[in-house]
Amino acid sequence: MAAITDSLAPAVPPAIQRSPGYWSGVWRRFRKDKVALAAGIVVLLIVLMAIFADYLAPADPTRSSMLRRLRPIGTPGYPLGADELGRDMLSRLIHGARLSLFMGVVPVFIAFAIGSVIGVAAGFFGGRFNTVTMRLVDVFYAFPSVLLAIALSGALGAGIFNSLLSLTIVFIPPIARIAESVTTQVRSADYVEAARASGAGSGTIIRVHVLGNVLGPIFVYATSLISVSMILASGLSFLGLGTKPPTPEWGLMLNTLRTAIYVQPWVAALPGVAIFITSISFNLLSDGLRSAMDVKG
Amino acid sequence: MDASASLSLYVEDQQDRGGAGTPLLEARGLTRHFPLGGGAVVRAVDGVDFAVMKGETLGVVGESGCGKSTTARVLMQLLAQDKGDLLFDGEAVGGLALSLKDYRRQAQMVFQDSFASLNPRLTIEDSVAFGPTVHGVSKRDAIQRARELLLKVGLDPARFAARYPHELSGGQRQRVNIARALALGPRLVILDEAVSALDKSVEAQVLNLLADLREEFGLTYIFISHDLNVVRFISDRVMVMYLGEVVEIGPVNELYDDPRHPYTRALLSAMPSMDPDRRTMEAPLAGDPPNPIDPPTGCRFHPRCPHAQTVCAKTKPALIVTASRDGTRRAACHMEIPGSGHSQAPKLEEAA
Repeated sequence: MAAITDSLAPAVPPAIQRSPGYWSGVWRRFRKDKVALAAGIVVLLIVLMAIFADYLAPADPTRSSMLRRLRPIGTPGYPLGADELGRDMLSRLIHGARLSLFMGVVPVFIAFAIGSVIGVAAGFFGGRFNTVTMRLVDVFYAFPSVLLAIALSGALGAGIFNSLLSLTIVFIPPIARIAESVTTQVRSADYVEAARASGAGSGTIIRVHVLGNVLGPIFVYATSLISVSMILASGLSFLGLGTKPPTPEWGLMLNTLRTAIYVQPWVAALPGVAIFITSISFNLLSDGLRSAMDVKG
Repeated sequence: MDASASLSLYVEDQQDRGGAGTPLLEARGLTRHFPLGGGAVVRAVDGVDFAVMKGETLGVVGESGCGKSTTARVLMQLLAQDKGDLLFDGEAVGGLALSLKDYRRQAQMVFQDSFASLNPRLTIEDSVAFGPTVHGVSKRDAIQRARELLLKVGLDPARFAARYPHELSGGQRQRVNIARALALGPRLVILDEAVSALDKSVEAQVLNLLADLREEFGLTYIFISHDLNVVRFISDRVMVMYLGEVVEIGPVNELYDDPRHPYTRALLSAMPSMDPDRRTMEAPLAGDPPNPIDPPTGCRFHPRCPHAQTVCAKTKPALIVTASRDGTRRAACHMEIPGSGHSQAPKLEEAA
């Protein structure tokens, strides 16, 4: 191998033409997709809203007033009305974004990390290891996700951490299955055979040749689960298995306001509208990412 | 540009053990079966014996499904053999003296599908540089070497090094694959249908490139193809495979001019010829090769052979040195085995 270092001396003309990389191509295609771009901007705004909730919210989201219960939209001082305890709806919605986004993104992110490891390992090593791992995953996959989340949260007890845990467990199997199927395709590709023929070990092959080609599709799939996770988390809160009052969270707000549905239907629907806008934005963003990352040969 | 000096220095081989004229790669009774479940097996490679001499090009021909590609993958040890030995320069591959990793530095492969064999997320130079980094070369040196090799295979590094596979044509990609195979400074390159997917004009360019590289780096090729003209152009010796077995092996011109095995004869007669005087009148092969799950008894070619007799269905002919010339040719046919019981076999005393 010493001879290779000898070949350093002759200099190749330094001006190497860089062709635009993969990600700049993705960005170029994504930019042309107006719907996805709009969805991306909405998601960004919601995230910023959650981060700067303390500065944006006009009032304290937990300050109640027995005199101003269930005010309609447009009441002076209460631009989006007041809830059943007289708290400012706008402030509660802005603050509620924090927990709702957290419950949407964090379980999916953790499940993405764990599910990818399981799926890539099962797909890459194949054989009996694959069979055992994926059948175990299938056991969890067999339950409807809502039921599994409710059952796990019910067993673990109410609370943010427990619903986070149960949502993570719910999302590992679908992500692992996607990761396994994508990896199985890549594993049999000629370039992986060629890498093996170069004497590379499994670790190096996974790092250099597999991950770069599978993480993109897995990630796109995971982003489509964010909206599901938000809705499930809201559902858990709605059932009293997630957040506890008075913390503002969209699902919990929907639950407590449902008794007021005949008195102030528009106000009662607002948390649902927030969930709807956020989850559909995440879904459209994920769709746009998928088509932007789809490179044709 | 003094790349050639440094490159030839790299392939100068201190590891040659047996010296010139000894086999570089020797396969002995190489067997690979694929179990189908229920006890059935596909006999993809069934007891293959051959040797590749240093510096020669061995062509491997045969119909689709005859085990050419499986043989290539077993030779590359991408598939383990069920039985048989693989000797590289006299040492058992994967043994104490020659680890699998060392073997893979010295033997490389070029695949048929030029696009599928390049990682779509890596630039050309990263793909070529990957092999050396696996063997402990620094990233910087490996990239430098990759650019030199790209120049060698006729791709200007300034234009191509940082490009991605989908931006190249099929011929350019196959040049990249050749550069990648050469990046480790191998002694043996297995070309599995490496030019088959290319246009005829591009194919000719790549073949000439392969011939030039063989001269420059002193390479040994195993050239697998179904294209008999291409094999004749590039090979020194040719091995004919049928249903996972070697039926004939010998120097290219002798084998093409005077095929000893009826299967070789049939293959060659199916080859379009530019010269009407060379036209063979023998009927080309009819039908498909038999199922390798349940190959015919005796000689595997006998159901399709125009000369088949009782002995052919009963006894399997060994791959023996044919009576002709200087013993460089071997064929597995009862018509070549003295006293085999076939009416066209040579008489025993003639052979003695």
